Amino acid sequence: MLVMTTKGEMDDALLEKKTGTIDNENETINWIEYWLEDELVHRSVDMVLKKYTVSGLPVAASF
Amino acid sequence: MANTQSMCTSFLGELMTATHNFGTAPTRGSSAADTFKAALYLASATINASTTAYTSTGEVTSTNYTAGGVNVTNANPPTSTNTSATAGTGYWTPSASIVYGSSGSPVTFASFDCVLIYNSSQSNKSVSVHTFTAQTVTSGTFTLTMPSNTTSTALLRLVTT
Repeated sequence: MLVMTTKGEMDDALLEKKTGTIDNENETINWIEYWLEDELVHRSVDMVLKKYTVSGLPVAASF
Repeated sequence: MANTQSMCTSFLGELMTATHNFGTAPTRGSSAADTFKAALYLASATINASTTAYTSTGEVTSTNYTAGGVNVTNANPPTSTNTSATAGTGYWTPSASIVYGSSGSPVTFASFDCVLIYNSSQSNKSVSVHTFTAQTVTSGTFTLTMPSNTTSTALLRLVTT
């Protein structure tokens, strides 16, 4: 499979693939990296937001 | 029956469609939904509740990333739902993931941790700031998948209790 890298498209067979996940209450992050020897040549991130991150709290006045 | 004080739940959703105007409203050319955009910001930037409009200061830069970010897909209008006899929620969520870059047009971002949703139809006025764990992208893509559009998880919620 061809992967877009800092050096143009490369065959992934030539690269070391690393993946990881970060999971917390706010989001789940899946990342994928391709390394050419010691050089990072590709990193993509897929982030899934789990819940709202902002909200307002309107209040009607009491009398 | 008894009367119960509350801000009306329908009002919460209608706030998001500019149905009510207590002041001086901007002149609109049509009743169509505005265009909203999503811009990414470096972890070193200062984007917060005081941000009144889109700014390029602190925004990520990259080949294949245009200053101002990308359009937000908005196929679903805001909704309001009573969550109890005395409370309700008005809410809205973009109807598709927000995507930066593609396999043929990759992006490279230094450490970023924030997306600003703003209204490009109304002088780029700010809507909301969303932060997340800082990430980098190298000749790749960044996909921000939205939460479920429900009263408890929607991206934007106006809530009465």
